[in-house]
Amino acid sequence: MIAVTTLIVLLPLAAAAAGLLGSRWPRGASRTERDNAFASRRAAWFAIVAGTGSLLLTVWLAYELSSGRAGAPGGPFWGGVLPGKAEGTLTLIETGSVPISVTLRADGLSMLVGILVVVVALAVQVYSVGYMRGDPRYPSYSAFISLFTSAMLLVVYAGDLIVLYVGWEIMGLCSYLLIGHWWEDRANSRAAVKAFLVTRLGDVGFLFGIFTLGVAAGSFRIDDVLSADLPRSTLITATLLLLAGVAGKSAQVPLQTWLPDAMAGPTPISALIHAATMVAAGIFIVARLYPLFLGAQPTLDVLAVIAAIGMLGAALAALAQDDLKRVLAYSTISQLAYMAGALAAGSDKAAIFHLLTHGAFKALLFLCAGAVIHHVGSNLMSHMGGLRAGLPVTFAGMTIGFAALMGLPPASGFFSKDAVIAAIEHSHGPAQPFLYGSALLTVGVTGAYAARAWLRTFFGPARVEALPEPPPGTAHVFDGREAPRSMLWPIGLLAVLALLLGIAGLGIAGLGDVDWSSAVVSLVVALLGAGIVYALWRSSPHIDPARLLGPFRVPCERAFYVDAVYAALFARPVFRLARGVVRTDEKVVDGAVRGSGRLTVGLSGLVRLAQNGNAQLYVTGLLAGVLLIAVAAVVFG
Amino acid sequence: MHIVYPVVVSALLFSIGVYGVLARRNAILVLMSVELMLNAVNLNLVAFDVWLRDRLHGGQVLTLFVIVIAAAEVGLGLAIVLAVFRNRKTIDVDRLRDLSEDLTEADPEEVRP
Repeated sequence: MIAVTTLIVLLPLAAAAAGLLGSRWPRGASRTERDNAFASRRAAWFAIVAGTGSLLLTVWLAYELSSGRAGAPGGPFWGGVLPGKAEGTLTLIETGSVPISVTLRADGLSMLVGILVVVVALAVQVYSVGYMRGDPRYPSYSAFISLFTSAMLLVVYAGDLIVLYVGWEIMGLCSYLLIGHWWEDRANSRAAVKAFLVTRLGDVGFLFGIFTLGVAAGSFRIDDVLSADLPRSTLITATLLLLAGVAGKSAQVPLQTWLPDAMAGPTPISALIHAATMVAAGIFIVARLYPLFLGAQPTLDVLAVIAAIGMLGAALAALAQDDLKRVLAYSTISQLAYMAGALAAGSDKAAIFHLLTHGAFKALLFLCAGAVIHHVGSNLMSHMGGLRAGLPVTFAGMTIGFAALMGLPPASGFFSKDAVIAAIEHSHGPAQPFLYGSALLTVGVTGAYAARAWLRTFFGPARVEALPEPPPGTAHVFDGREAPRSMLWPIGLLAVLALLLGIAGLGIAGLGDVDWSSAVVSLVVALLGAGIVYALWRSSPHIDPARLLGPFRVPCERAFYVDAVYAALFARPVFRLARGVVRTDEKVVDGAVRGSGRLTVGLSGLVRLAQNGNAQLYVTGLLAGVLLIAVAAVVFG
Repeated sequence: MHIVYPVVVSALLFSIGVYGVLARRNAILVLMSVELMLNAVNLNLVAFDVWLRDRLHGGQVLTLFVIVIAAAEVGLGLAIVLAVFRNRKTIDVDRLRDLSEDLTEADPEEVRP
């Protein structure tokens, strides 16, 4: 059992190694068109075969666990579906104090998230074959996706906090590499660096949280940490530190600024980051260590406030964006805040349910957006419109995706969002009214921005213009009517998932029961938001319905100036400090070295005056010295 | 005879020698002044040998050594003076300044070819 788990994690890693090292072998580094195509095809095979292998093994493992044959009954809420639990230690690393056990575990929670990760990653890989056709760096791109998947799977299946942290950090690296895939454009590489630095800031807290837990519990194994009887203050400190990492990876306030900028990467990468890997990791880790969080009420309160601010702010920002991908990016922040809110309200069940459905429909939305961008050759919605006829499959997929995002039945989002809102409604905490109000408002705003994006992309007059060859950073213009088949298959698969996952989760998994009273309320609010936008759009289809925000629109579009504030508060002082350090280095440190050299040369000039070539003068000096010494010896001796 | 007399004489001789080495400009006279200093030392050696009644007469033996060395030194010195004179047409010590530091030359940090 544990061998299978190991294999699931290692297969994408092997694909990454093979893709990086072997795709151009043995023809060397020649970069002709034919060699590039050959290398791309080989890299695609590596990635897709490994992804499929991981998927099959995951399904098999899930089947084994669901039959309950593997080991003891597992966790709290997934026990109904996946009662089994398998855990195995590969090796134990002695560190001198708390040992690190390289442990993998597969239980219900890991299986649920693991399935999501491999399905979305495989869909993204297949989709990328069409999307990145002709890109000379495709082999490294697909290898990095494999590495990304492998790292996320390591996080999901890790049975030890340090092992988990390894996967966590590799994800940070991969996000940097993939966001900066089109690094020729300076803005893209800046966005990559920003994503890397901001998540790293959170990771510092995360690492110290792990240390706090590990040292207090005397072990880094998750089971030991969960069963250890930790004092309350330690729990609060550790969970607050962990929360920093969660906020960084899951793009929650105040570390959310990297996610919209991460749209600089290719669209499939956005789908991967937003649905399966990276941002899911933050929510996953809270669910994984949920008993600890339940024991630390202040942390949950902080999480509730973060979630309440994040969900509404990001939804408002999404309403004002013109870039389709940025709309989806802010919507991700908002939806992740829903999950964080559910966790803060005490329902990890609802959070994980929403994580799964969100993974499916957000990946779907991003892949559809990629197809649209591929078709139009621009990210901006003001260049789109009337695409319904040209892209029928994409239109259907995007409709399902937006329905799920708004929470319309019978799409999956309805059930999971209802579970989240019901959980928030029935929770008790100091931040509960704030959180509940924010969640309801956000439902309305979500309906509004989803309707706006849908209407502006697919309806109204066609605004597509013949664009020049796009700069790197946007997709290449595609001349066909609809995207290539390799891009449509993943969209279809994810559309089915996004549509049915909610019912499946309800029916088979028993993840949540529909709370009809709160469901009706949120449905009405969502439809209200969408209705207002529709009415505005109907009256004048040419004008952006975002005008309903009035004077509030510009702050929303700039995401409430958080970036500007951070630039003024942190970035600019750091730059100033750096310049000061450079100046100190040049003037003080180098100055001391150069000054001592110059001083020596100057002094030697004085001494050189004595060197006038007259031997008699030298002898005089010698004699004077001897006399001095003799006199000194007599006087002091 | 008291030891003071030869010692004073030798001190005077030595001082004259030192003055000659430091102040004379003619190279031959400088060499002669060196001889004066050596002989002042010789005088000291002999005087103290007698005064101390050294049974091995180390002072006298050493004096013989010094005389031999002084002869060799004068031979070498005169040969050098001769060579210098052939080259420069002068044996004026003040004007033989080829080893002086050239103060007008450029910054020594610069690499010269």
